[in-house]
Amino acid sequence: MIPIEEQRSRPEASGRIFKDDTRFALGRIAVFQYAAVVTFLVLITGFWILQIRDREFNSEMAERNRVKTVPLLAPRGKILDRDGRVIVDNQPTFTVRLTRENLKMEHLDAIAAGLNLDPDELRARVKRFENRPKYVPLTIKQGLTSAELSFVESHRDPETFPELELLQSQGRLYPRNGFAAHVIGYVGEVSEQELNSADFAKYSQGEIVGKFGLERQYNDTLIGVDGQRRVVVDSLGRERQVLDNVDPTPGHTLQLTLDLDLQAVAELGLEGKEGALVALDPRNGEVLAMVSHPAFDPNLFATRIRNDDWKALTSDPQNPLMNRAIQAQLAPGSTFKPIVALAGLESGAIDENFTVHCAGGGVFYGHYRKCWVGSTAARAHGAVSLHRGIVQSCDVYFYTVGDRTGIDTIAKYAEMMGYGKKTGIDLPGEMEGIVPSTKWKLRTQHEKWYAGETIFVGIGQGALTTTPIQVASAIGGLAMHGVWYKPHLLKGADVGPPRTADLNPANVDKVISGMYGVINEGGTGASAIIPGLRVCGKTGSAQKVSNELAKSGKLTKEEAADTSWFVAFAPCENPEIVVSVLWQNGVHGALSAPIARDVIKAYFDKKARLAMPKMQQTALFLKPE
Amino acid sequence: MARYRSLRDLDWPLLIISLVICALGVLQIYSATHDTKWHTAWWKQILWIAIGLGLMWIVTSIDYHTLLGQVPILYCLSIGALLLTFAVGDMVFHSRRWISIPGTPIQIQTSEFEKIVIILLVARYLSELKTEQVGMRDLLKLGGLIGIPTALVFMQPDFGTCATYFPIMAGGVLIAGLPWRYLAVVAIACGLAMPAGWFLLKDYQKARLVTFIDPSSDPKGRGYQVIQSKIAVGHGGIWGRGVTQGTQTQLRFLPVPHTDFIFSGFAEEHGFVGVVVALGLYFLLLMQVVQNAQAAPDRAGMYVCMGVATLLLFHLAVNVGMVVGYMPVTGIPLPLFSYGGSNTFSVFMMLGLVNNVRLRRFVN
Repeated sequence: MIPIEEQRSRPEASGRIFKDDTRFALGRIAVFQYAAVVTFLVLITGFWILQIRDREFNSEMAERNRVKTVPLLAPRGKILDRDGRVIVDNQPTFTVRLTRENLKMEHLDAIAAGLNLDPDELRARVKRFENRPKYVPLTIKQGLTSAELSFVESHRDPETFPELELLQSQGRLYPRNGFAAHVIGYVGEVSEQELNSADFAKYSQGEIVGKFGLERQYNDTLIGVDGQRRVVVDSLGRERQVLDNVDPTPGHTLQLTLDLDLQAVAELGLEGKEGALVALDPRNGEVLAMVSHPAFDPNLFATRIRNDDWKALTSDPQNPLMNRAIQAQLAPGSTFKPIVALAGLESGAIDENFTVHCAGGGVFYGHYRKCWVGSTAARAHGAVSLHRGIVQSCDVYFYTVGDRTGIDTIAKYAEMMGYGKKTGIDLPGEMEGIVPSTKWKLRTQHEKWYAGETIFVGIGQGALTTTPIQVASAIGGLAMHGVWYKPHLLKGADVGPPRTADLNPANVDKVISGMYGVINEGGTGASAIIPGLRVCGKTGSAQKVSNELAKSGKLTKEEAADTSWFVAFAPCENPEIVVSVLWQNGVHGALSAPIARDVIKAYFDKKARLAMPKMQQTALFLKPE
Repeated sequence: MARYRSLRDLDWPLLIISLVICALGVLQIYSATHDTKWHTAWWKQILWIAIGLGLMWIVTSIDYHTLLGQVPILYCLSIGALLLTFAVGDMVFHSRRWISIPGTPIQIQTSEFEKIVIILLVARYLSELKTEQVGMRDLLKLGGLIGIPTALVFMQPDFGTCATYFPIMAGGVLIAGLPWRYLAVVAIACGLAMPAGWFLLKDYQKARLVTFIDPSSDPKGRGYQVIQSKIAVGHGGIWGRGVTQGTQTQLRFLPVPHTDFIFSGFAEEHGFVGVVVALGLYFLLLMQVVQNAQAAPDRAGMYVCMGVATLLLFHLAVNVGMVVGYMPVTGIPLPLFSYGGSNTFSVFMMLGLVNNVRLRRFVN
């Protein structure tokens, strides 16, 4: 029921003349009706022309008429070593996609066979994709082999499998056998979580970005800007006409401070071992070599990494994805002793003549602590002062010095050297290590520091942990008499002014002199001697597990083995290179010494070689066929 | 003191034809959007239609004479609403056309409701004429009153919608009786105004006119929409490709397939036969409105109905004309077919006005 008023309220609403008569307009209304008829006829004519008269033409236009945007992928920047030799390059890779508008399910078996795919899995993928719009193609395989490539090329004609579509893009070509793998890193498709984070928000789904190592650190430099080409394709997918073209902007080349010659020697030196090596130039912080073993093959990541490979890498107990050079945090052992010595000298707790009697061990805070040299009197060190304490790495001497100097003074000088903090190297994932102190213990364990704990820090054990790069950087700065440049891998990077410390040069010289003796005066590092070169260094054998646990038989020999450290620089007076080596389970620091020696020797041999006229550089890598 | 009329007196043919057209529209909206991000559009459209029917009922209930009596107030309110749109309207694709109601997803396109006000304005003005024909003063006065909202909407900018206001006036004035010489003067004035108007048009609007005259001059840009529309239409052939089978529509060659170019998609999927049926339905709708005009009890009612008829014819001519390439691309929707809340509401309100007049034709 619709309510209406009984009477119109017209007369009150307005004072207009009462005119009800509409007959005058009937003629004109009829005109309107005719006009409407004419309009409709005109419109229908329009449809008739398009749909009936020109039907063939328009159908053909529709079939032909597909504008497709083909992305022109920008090549990623190359990575070079300090001499301009190529470490990482790009190579063309092919991806095959299925266009779904003309996809026939009966072709899938043959396609799967030709591409070495599982036909059931392929069918399942096609089915999962059903709800997407028909014009979105489905990527079915990336990184085709040449056999698969020829299969696609020979079968994508309209009579056979017109739904096959080939895309060419660039994939990364990394050195073989995991050479410099942790430094270089690898690339991959940007993930969902990354897209949500601030750093990666500017990328879009499907883009290839650096995920690890320098590829990630300098992704913005390396990544180019993709271009695109808009083409008209016919219903068979063949390009008929190019509408417009935006060229891609290639990424920038990255030149590193790495020296491939030194890197090769270092990689060989650590072959089959678990550990790391860092070689850097203390005059400017440039990293000349960085190795971490065990390594992985980054070429697995060059196109999309297969699930099995990824699982193998992440579940390997030896952790090949860990960059030990910047992430392995272990007690430095005797390589810390020079710093304890310096702390003692600078703080006045000792001087160079301070002498301790080592009988193969000593009693400290009620416990007998052994010296590494053995407990028989014949082998004990006897009277030890600073120089000999460093050369022979006497534990009793350094227990005493550590005790006299005090944990907080030791911590102060350790931090001055850069321990307990990141070095700031341009790689993601660096770890800080630990420098124990009274404040640290209160903060982390809510307990006060017991003096009896200091002596272990005195010999580089206890809660103290360092990474190989910290060791190299610390000793390098010490060798430079208190000047620490920030370690970096990018050649020419602006790292700002170095950190400096006001150290008494006489004290530093005494310590360095001790380190000279380690190698050249029959000390623990004698296997690092290089004739004709003044090399200084320090060994370290750090206990990993307690004595009781080691003897209990519960662990394997490897698990119980000590960590072997070695650090050296040359020439002693004006050092050009400092090398630190970590060999997990290497037991004796002396065993790592030859590895460092080989790298140092390679450096000076190369220097000498280059000084000779007309020396050719050799290329280390050939691209695969 | 209300007297109730039975529902029999409503214009059922009008209502049924409208709903059939709406149903075809919903079908086409579904087909055009079912696998896109607008896939909820089709049932939203059903919601708009339902609300539209409610609005129609409301408009029918209020005696149109009361509405006509309130024209000055409604006019001022509508101008106010247009000004408000300038101030707080949402900026979408470089134009401010909608006002959002905060806290709800409702958006109102104020220029659509302006059409109702203008129909009522023209009807009242012309029904109060003291002369047999429209004099120059009346012409100018009415033109001025309509010119203000036209200018306001033009500045949003929304060329398509503001172009619908003057035709209402033109239809009304021609029925009221315009001396031939005035027609000539108006024609000359328009002819002179066009070059001036050219400078006022924005770049993209100018480009649209150029492309209208020669679509192939810019096939990848502005002529693109027209070319794609014609291909889609032609691709439909006699019987059409079938629902959801139109490749131009489904493969996204047809731009905005659920609003402005919805009829292109319809033509592709239902062919010439479907087109003739749909246009036939619109023709019947129009004739039904005209019949109500002829049977109107007074001039005001007649002008109201003819105003609605003129507007609907104009919309049809421009939108369907655009689809076949006879008209430039202007962005006005196809009544009851295109997706859109505000437009659906205004059309149902117009049908409500027609019903309004019809119901009161015996009260004398």
